[in-house]
Amino acid sequence: MTGDAPLLDVQDLRVQFDTDDGIVHAVDGISYSVAPATTLGIVGESGSGKTVTSLTTMGLTRSRSTRVTGRILFQGTDLLTLTGEELRRVRGNEIAMIFQDPLSSLHPFYKVGRQISEAVRAHRDVSKAAARDRAVDLLELVGIPDPHRRVDQYPHEFSGGMRQRAMIAMALANEPKLLIADEPTTALDVTVQAQILALIADLQRRLGMAVIIITHDLGVVAEIADEIAVMYAGRIVEHATTASLFASPEHPYTWGLLKSIPRLDTPRSEELVPIQGRPPSMINRPSGCFFHPRCPYVSEEHTRIDPRLEPTPGDPDHSVACLLAPPVRSEIWHGLIAGSSPELLRGLAVPAPTPVIAAPGPPERGRGA
Amino acid sequence: MVKYIIRRLLWVIVLLFLVSLMTFVVFYLLPSADPAVLRAGRQPSPALVAQIRHNLGLDKPWYTQYYRYMKSLVLHFNFGYSYQSNESVRTEIFSRLPATISLTVGAAVIWLVLGIGVGTISAVRRRSKFDRAAMGTALVAISAPVYWLGLLSLFLFASDIGKFPLFPGAGSYVPLTQNPEKWFTSLIMPWFVLAASFAAIYARLLRANLIETMSEDYIRTARAKGLPERRVILHHGIRAAITPIVTAAGLDVGVLLGGAILTETVFNIPGIGRLAYDSILAGDLPMIQGTVLIGAFFIVMANLVVDILYAFIDPRVRYS
Repeated sequence: MTGDAPLLDVQDLRVQFDTDDGIVHAVDGISYSVAPATTLGIVGESGSGKTVTSLTTMGLTRSRSTRVTGRILFQGTDLLTLTGEELRRVRGNEIAMIFQDPLSSLHPFYKVGRQISEAVRAHRDVSKAAARDRAVDLLELVGIPDPHRRVDQYPHEFSGGMRQRAMIAMALANEPKLLIADEPTTALDVTVQAQILALIADLQRRLGMAVIIITHDLGVVAEIADEIAVMYAGRIVEHATTASLFASPEHPYTWGLLKSIPRLDTPRSEELVPIQGRPPSMINRPSGCFFHPRCPYVSEEHTRIDPRLEPTPGDPDHSVACLLAPPVRSEIWHGLIAGSSPELLRGLAVPAPTPVIAAPGPPERGRGA
Repeated sequence: MVKYIIRRLLWVIVLLFLVSLMTFVVFYLLPSADPAVLRAGRQPSPALVAQIRHNLGLDKPWYTQYYRYMKSLVLHFNFGYSYQSNESVRTEIFSRLPATISLTVGAAVIWLVLGIGVGTISAVRRRSKFDRAAMGTALVAISAPVYWLGLLSLFLFASDIGKFPLFPGAGSYVPLTQNPEKWFTSLIMPWFVLAASFAAIYARLLRANLIETMSEDYIRTARAKGLPERRVILHHGIRAAITPIVTAAGLDVGVLLGGAILTETVFNIPGIGRLAYDSILAGDLPMIQGTVLIGAFFIVMANLVVDILYAFIDPRVRYS
């Protein structure tokens, strides 16, 4: 971590939605900070609360049925205390956001250039012509060829990658200090994904902005993030520098994410190991550790005790919320790298291996009965 | 685009031809009355009826009648002459068109303003008291038939029979060219009565569309850009939610230009609808044929206009 004062400092953020089915605990007490000109990756499955976190930062989850507590300090100001109008002036100006599907995120009836110049004029008192020139410059900046022609085209005349570039151009219109990219590459072809990520990294360097990149794919953040926070069921379960997270991941969920990425350097015969089960309900959450119903290394006490996010013994910048003892975690991870299956390593987690008792099945019926 | 329009216009001609043929056949198979008998007066002699039948050409087989009719229509733009009054159908229709246009256009303005305004506020303030009251009223307006609403408003507000004589009553229509002020006041009640159910339908349609549109990704983008909410709703929300309204408005205006039969009848406005109603009662085939054709013409043209407008509203739509 750098010694600078953080640009964005989220403290114990909780977001709850009242629904007919009950209260959805979308974000449940998360804290993180982003220093100027650095990149934070937030990784997790759909429904883990990563998008709600960023939309709340932008003030886009405000409604009568939403309860937000905690603090979101941006340059020292708590965004949660701002009025709608004050927050509007921050939005798209100092904090900008790009979204997953660039086709549905652009208005189908307006020319791309107009949509970009509208972003400029939302915050700056400039003439239409000046805003349009700015739109051309921005399209050029994000690598769209022939921007003078493209500026007058509609989103449906752009390819997927070009649309996301146009979205990025729109987000950069007012030179934000923070860019939040929510699954910016998910809807794109693999080759285009790499281009868009390279573009974001390049623009970050040139413009000196901080970036939060939200993704379900650890591969996306591996290259460009300085730090990574892994979210599960509305909480951060592991937070580390990118190098440390990939070298020595500590949380079983992170292991699951890492082992489910196809890699070129693993033998083709080796199977990918998916994470068992489904993300939990955010209304009726599991007891104890939220991950325990899906964790291969679960023991009885994990169903009762809720782990806290705590620094690992060796590295104060690496935090994890896991009840397994640190040496056990390390042993399991090394076993996983060596190619053992979670089932084989399960014994390491449970101190006195309990004999596996076959659950009594239904009484057998005579055939033809 | 031009090719597309030409192709569509050719289809309009084919369609109108088919409509005229169908009207003719329907009338021939199921006449609403015998025109010759109606024309002959009280207790006519059979000879007189036969004479009239021959004069009107009704003694010829239907295809001969149809051929004659179409020949004069195509060659001379002549819609024939009324069996009743011997008036030229073309003259009669064109003299009544201004009344129908006045009624339709005025009502359309009212229902578009009301429908779009109420629909927008209801969508933005969903589940508010305003929304509930407006949607409740809309349900009543949709359920109320025009002839009931028309008579009710006459009983309440007509200057001759009303409890609160505020507006001129039935039969008070004056052409715009004759007296603009009287034209306006005489049409206030018919406008609102005709517009009521349309306004309600449009408000509900726009409300539903706008609610759906406001959850679109591009609305989130507009907000993320930091646009004021007012601009998000008006420029990004309504712009996208309005397309079905344009379609509906085009078609509804097209249908009504062919005659708002109920409203014109209740308020005794001498428009196309009233003409069609009277000529059906009188078995006046040339007049029926004329009103049907003019109605069909407005409907197909409205369709064409809507389709062309679509290309301007939605840049993704291209005709070739």
